[in-house]
Amino acid sequence: MTERQAKLAAPLAVGILMLIGWEAVVRVNAIPPYILPGPLLVAETLWRDGPSLLGSLWVTFRITMAALIAAIVLGGAIAVLFAQSRLLELSFFPYAVILQVTPIVSIAPLIIIWVNDTFLSLLICAWIVAFFPVVANTTLGLNSADRNLVALFRLYRASRWQILRHLRLPSALPYFLAGVRISGGLALIGAVVAEFVAGTGGAETGLASRILEAGNRLEMARLFAALLLLSLTGIMIFAALSWLSNALLAHWHESALPSED
Amino acid sequence: MGEGAAAAPLVSVTRLTKVFRNGVTALQDLDLAIEPGAFLSILGPSGCGKSTLLRVIAGLTPPSSGEIAWRGGGVGRRGFVFQEPTLMPWASVWDNVYLPLRLTRMAKSAASERIAATLAAMGLEGFAQVYPRELSGGMKMRVSIARALVTEPELLLLDEPFAALDEITRFRLNEDLLQLWQRHHWTVVFVTHSVFESVFLSNRIVVMTKRPGRVAADVPIALSYPREGALRTAPAYADDCRRLSHILAEASA
Repeated sequence: MTERQAKLAAPLAVGILMLIGWEAVVRVNAIPPYILPGPLLVAETLWRDGPSLLGSLWVTFRITMAALIAAIVLGGAIAVLFAQSRLLELSFFPYAVILQVTPIVSIAPLIIIWVNDTFLSLLICAWIVAFFPVVANTTLGLNSADRNLVALFRLYRASRWQILRHLRLPSALPYFLAGVRISGGLALIGAVVAEFVAGTGGAETGLASRILEAGNRLEMARLFAALLLLSLTGIMIFAALSWLSNALLAHWHESALPSED
Repeated sequence: MGEGAAAAPLVSVTRLTKVFRNGVTALQDLDLAIEPGAFLSILGPSGCGKSTLLRVIAGLTPPSSGEIAWRGGGVGRRGFVFQEPTLMPWASVWDNVYLPLRLTRMAKSAASERIAATLAAMGLEGFAQVYPRELSGGMKMRVSIARALVTEPELLLLDEPFAALDEITRFRLNEDLLQLWQRHHWTVVFVTHSVFESVFLSNRIVVMTKRPGRVAADVPIALSYPREGALRTAPAYADDCRRLSHILAEASA
């Protein structure tokens, strides 16, 4: 078996064994589905409730994507501003850290009260969770440009803009993309947490409210089905962003080069 | 241009002192006149401030006191080659060499002929679209020199550019650099810690004392150009190397 095949087959085998074990435990002990549904029941529920769950997933997914894009655009812009002025960075970076370390569950209720529009309030919560890795990584990347190249640019009397455009931004790209990859997962987590706080109700409910609702009604199979959809979404976001990162860095960066043996 | 103007130094360094922020004095009251067309090597023990001197002449680092004056005032076109190739890994060879012209806002179409000529002169034909990581150390250094040459600098400054290369590659690059210098007659300042390299290349060697750096000796090298590989085994070359080694040993003591 090649390394590549093993990479796929090994975790797959573990997964299948775990599912079989799970089903066996549920059947042998006759555990009622409102405590722990077996994987077969979850699959059946997913098939039956799929369309309605996918509708809810779409709501959550839209918030996630909007938050991720906002994190990329605003986070990138904040990092560029930080890189232009050390004073600006020193003045505002601590507040970015404070925003990052404050648990979102504790400020989400405030944001939901202050902002009337549900979509916007959820978007803000998800953005707060997601933006920091982009800011921190991009700032680091912009400041990591080769010192001698900076000196060379100055030798040729490059403007601030030219140094940013032709040196700092390309130097920061791998760092920025690593930040975006982390932010993608965080945006989804942020969106789900914010929906949890916002609670059920309203015409358009996201997947998190469906999970809450299913939990309250002891419909554990549906809860698991919704959870499965969330994980799959997170994995897809991560895979898509990893692919993007590799495609953009394929020419030159160590992280995207094929192995030599 | 009259005889008098030609004899005037291209760059005059007067009473140059450089003290780093941490209090270390790298250079003290250093005087140096760089005559146009010279191939001047700066030779010294490591840590003597020779790289610092080069960076100050280039304008990469400001002097603490003293003066760097160019003939006719102002500051002329400079090309600088670092110890490392210092290329942009995300840009092709062509784009790396284009950089200095891009920074002066020269359009790609206007620059392309000059870039092609520079790449050819450095033996880089056919490598224009290659990325730096695909090149060997010697080829990377060739790109780095091409980038410095593309602006047709009046003063070419090289900071131990071949120190990290194997001997065969270093010899080849020495010879290629000399050939280009003879053809174009730029002024070259070459920093090295190798006696053999400096004697092979230069018509004048400035030996520096250990820190704080000063000029210990200013030695003309009379070996005639063109100098080729055969010179490395010639008795006259060996004599000059021996002489320089003595001077260097005294300066480092």
